[in-house]
Amino acid sequence: MNNLSNLTLVETVEGIKSKKFSPSEVLSSYEERIKRSKKLNCFISETLDQAKKEIKKINIGQNNLALLGAPIAVKDLFCTSNVKTTASSKILENFVPTYESTVTQKLWDQGAILIGKLNCDEFAMGSSNETSYFGNVINPYKDGKETLVPGGSSGGCASAVSANLTVATVGTDTGGSIRQPAAFTGIVGLKPTYGRCSRWGIVAFASSLDQAGPMTKDIKDSALLLEVIAGFDSKDSTSINTNSSFFFKNLSKQIKGLNVGIPKEYRVDNMPKEIDDLWSEGIKILENCGAKIHSISLPHTKYALPTYYIIAPAEASSNLARYDGVRYGHRESGRDLIEMYENTRSRGFGDEVKRRILIGTYVLSSGYYDAYYLKAQKVRNLIKKDFDDSFKKVDVILTPSTPSAAFKFGEKKDDPISMYLNDIFTVTANLAGLPALSLPIKHNSKNLPLSLQLIGRPFDEQTILNVGYAIEQEVKFKRSISDWWM
Amino acid sequence: MNKDFNYFLQGEKEKWEVIIGLEVHAQILSNAKLFSSSSTKFGAEPNCQVSLIDAAMPGMLPVINKFCIEQAIKTGLGLNAKINSFSVFDRKNYFYADLPQGYQISQYKFPIVGEGEVLLDMSYGTKKIGIERLHLEQDAGKSLHDQDPTKSFIDLNRSGVALMEIVSKPDLRSPEEVGEYIKKIRSIMRYLETCDGNMEEGSLRADVNISVRKVGDKNFGTRCEIKNVNSIKFMQQAIEFEAKRQIDLLEQGKSIDQETRLYDTKKNETRSMRSKEDAHDYRYFPDPDLLPLELENSFIQKIKNELPELPDQKKDRFINEYRLSNYEAAVLTADKETADFFEKVAKNSDVKLATTWIMGDFFASLNKLQKSISNSPITVENLASLLNLIKTNIISGRIAKEVFEMMLLDKRDPKIIVEEKGLIQQTDVKEIEKIIDKVLMDNQDKVTEYKSGKVKLFGFFVGSVIKESKGKANPGVVNDLLKKKLS
Amino acid sequence: MSINKETVKKISKLARISVSDQQASKLEKNLNSILSFVEQLNELNTEKINPISTISNQKLIMRDDVVKVSNQKEDILKNAPEKNSSYYIVPKVVE
Ligand SMILES: [Mg+2]
Ligand SMILES: [Zn+2]
Repeated sequence: MNNLSNLTLVETVEGIKSKKFSPSEVLSSYEERIKRSKKLNCFISETLDQAKKEIKKINIGQNNLALLGAPIAVKDLFCTSNVKTTASSKILENFVPTYESTVTQKLWDQGAILIGKLNCDEFAMGSSNETSYFGNVINPYKDGKETLVPGGSSGGCASAVSANLTVATVGTDTGGSIRQPAAFTGIVGLKPTYGRCSRWGIVAFASSLDQAGPMTKDIKDSALLLEVIAGFDSKDSTSINTNSSFFFKNLSKQIKGLNVGIPKEYRVDNMPKEIDDLWSEGIKILENCGAKIHSISLPHTKYALPTYYIIAPAEASSNLARYDGVRYGHRESGRDLIEMYENTRSRGFGDEVKRRILIGTYVLSSGYYDAYYLKAQKVRNLIKKDFDDSFKKVDVILTPSTPSAAFKFGEKKDDPISMYLNDIFTVTANLAGLPALSLPIKHNSKNLPLSLQLIGRPFDEQTILNVGYAIEQEVKFKRSISDWWM
Repeated sequence: MNKDFNYFLQGEKEKWEVIIGLEVHAQILSNAKLFSSSSTKFGAEPNCQVSLIDAAMPGMLPVINKFCIEQAIKTGLGLNAKINSFSVFDRKNYFYADLPQGYQISQYKFPIVGEGEVLLDMSYGTKKIGIERLHLEQDAGKSLHDQDPTKSFIDLNRSGVALMEIVSKPDLRSPEEVGEYIKKIRSIMRYLETCDGNMEEGSLRADVNISVRKVGDKNFGTRCEIKNVNSIKFMQQAIEFEAKRQIDLLEQGKSIDQETRLYDTKKNETRSMRSKEDAHDYRYFPDPDLLPLELENSFIQKIKNELPELPDQKKDRFINEYRLSNYEAAVLTADKETADFFEKVAKNSDVKLATTWIMGDFFASLNKLQKSISNSPITVENLASLLNLIKTNIISGRIAKEVFEMMLLDKRDPKIIVEEKGLIQQTDVKEIEKIIDKVLMDNQDKVTEYKSGKVKLFGFFVGSVIKESKGKANPGVVNDLLKKKLS
Repeated sequence: MSINKETVKKISKLARISVSDQQASKLEKNLNSILSFVEQLNELNTEKINPISTISNQKLIMRDDVVKVSNQKEDILKNAPEKNSSYYIVPKVVE
């Protein structure tokens, strides 16, 4: 039973329930790999000792628990009771919540065991996991001899799933933070509809865009995990009161007759040929599955990123005002209160976070609000309308997940705009609040994974999961990782 | 009603008019806070009524208290204001030690209540004060600066408590009007039971905006805002000081800086607040953690239907129903407890007696004892009973005053006091005749004087008879009998 | 629109983040490149478009006026950098 960590979430839980192996055996195999994978720098905190105690309490008879015995690490943006939660920032370096986020509580309620907190970009701001106070996360995929970024902000999550350090995980996605790293590491990432999962207890980045979602080895796992974490929460005024869905049970690869939209505006300038080819392959696969392909137009696509880079920093500048050194977190000294604030926030936040706070402060400030923030809110409406119109004709939209495969460290670090362009295909779904799924299709000539994205109607995660499932059956993607770091 | 408005300030050179607008912060009488489920009780140990939300822990989210929305609507209706079926919660961003989120959730562009008005009864007539808006917002915590020379201490018990900010138009023109305005707003909210108006506990406080202009000028001058004044007296003192300060500056040819000032109650002066220097860019934007508040018409209508009688309505009714003067009605309806007290006493005794006694001896005694109606030693039943004793001639007005004093002390039913002390008025003609005969017998010299023309002595005889009867003889009967006997 | 070093200092002050002169120069460059990027939005005429601040069209949920949390002093003071048994403590506030 050495390779228990190769199993998917569904296989793991089934194995435990059918007593093929014990939860402790599963945990040990992950522990073993985690210990030998420090180089990837996925974990900020490990809770394996606590997990070993918890696992003994598991009652294998509890067949009704969807995640029975599953060892799961989560992004360090979810507050976990009595376990340090840092948001990968110095300013929360030693913060230990006394409360548990709604989403993670749902995992434990279904029998999963916390094994650690995963590295990410600081306050989820970044697309390469290079902004973490706890250092870069390394992608288990490599470009020849060179290491690569895992993407961000849920880079630790992506690398950990890809390298079999957790059976599955939950990340958060504000502009692509689940889907882009999933694409860079060859795993499945799902951003649910805005309001599908509770934001309560998740360190906020941009409240109107943030959404938690599953990052898994395959589509089945994604459906199962979404089923567990979804649901209305009366503690979150923006969570939506809608019927719960049985995504896993209802998973079906029958997509015959389904209408798929191909938005022409996603064929961007300088798009690498391999991405263009990938997209064409995806279209062919869907045609083979009996879907109908339609060319559609989402005319405001090119304005999505500029809109995002006004709205997200604006909300962030306010959401991050609470990190002031008074009630928790890092504090620097100062002669008076104001100086304490300024020193604390100057040294407690990293450069990218400060950049975004300052941009956000500027676009909300008097005299600039209308020109930037209000303008962005209006364009956001136009972007949403584009989708509303398209979804009258099609059931799902197919696009590439990212404009390129994973890149090298330092490549874009000093040029914020080229970094931001990573999210060009993912950010629209956040602005319009739509569910979107990234799934790996194939490896490129350098053996790096390439992924496609499926965008669905609000609350229609089932359709994008079904389409993803159909594609997955066709492409039979297998991660090709050599464990070079061990 | 015949006096003219006359609050103008004479400077060295010019005569000035003072323009005042108020932002009243009224704490809603709710059990729990506006966006969290922690208690709002006054006087708790520091930081014992603070939820994770109130302390702005990471990942915490606001959920609105329905009751607070209802109270804001109720108050809006009480101010004759428009209720907005669409309103938005915004974040007002600034850093302060007792503002845990780094922003206050408030309402900016779209408040829950729009324009309204209140009427003030001034000696120079009824004055209408416009209400600009009423919005809901969170209170901040409390900083204590005097516990340590280099540190401040933070208590977040108040953090997140629901406030209604009632913004007036710049229609107020004198400290007196400001006092009446505060009393009127407080009275309306107490009638509605939306705010207890307790200024000592900080449930009601105001930011005072003041500017001055030369009498006759049409344009407003530059205003200063005096933050957080928590008594009517201080508001009035602060206005007087601030108006003079502005007039002095203007007459010296200087200009007024638009700024936030603090009223120092010990020195009776206002001074600039340094900490607010750069806080003026609040960067308001809609709170993305909350959705817009859209109210169904039926929701508003239901509150409207359940609205109690308000001070102005009650005053009009008292004038019509009880034939009270405008002044009497205004005094008796100023607060709901007084009005209710009056009405119950009047209904169970006599309107005229109730009016004079409540506005006279009763108020005077409460004042002296520093008590309010709710803890008055004299109950509705006992006061009505006393007035009935007067009405039915069982005791005289004079005896009644004595009985009233006793009631203040032992809180008993006046009937028992009267009986026990044998104070029942003597109206038996035969008994009184006996006393008169005795008095006339004892004062034969005075009787002779009286009969020879010194009619002033009549009063002496009346007094002596009453005294002899230990105050119990009915003065009317004594009068009549004496007149007969002495003729 | 582009911002100068002085504006960078001003917004840093508003955001309570101290910024050295050297940092301000770098930030000036970064922020201007971000601003010119987002100013692409000016190509669009949005005069008649409604702004949206949230994507949900659900009605705002409301809670009842019930006290549900009791004394949580321990919890809320637990992570405080400086405190005593009752209060958060901060450097003197100048009013
Ligand atoms: Mg004010
Ligand atoms: Zn206010």
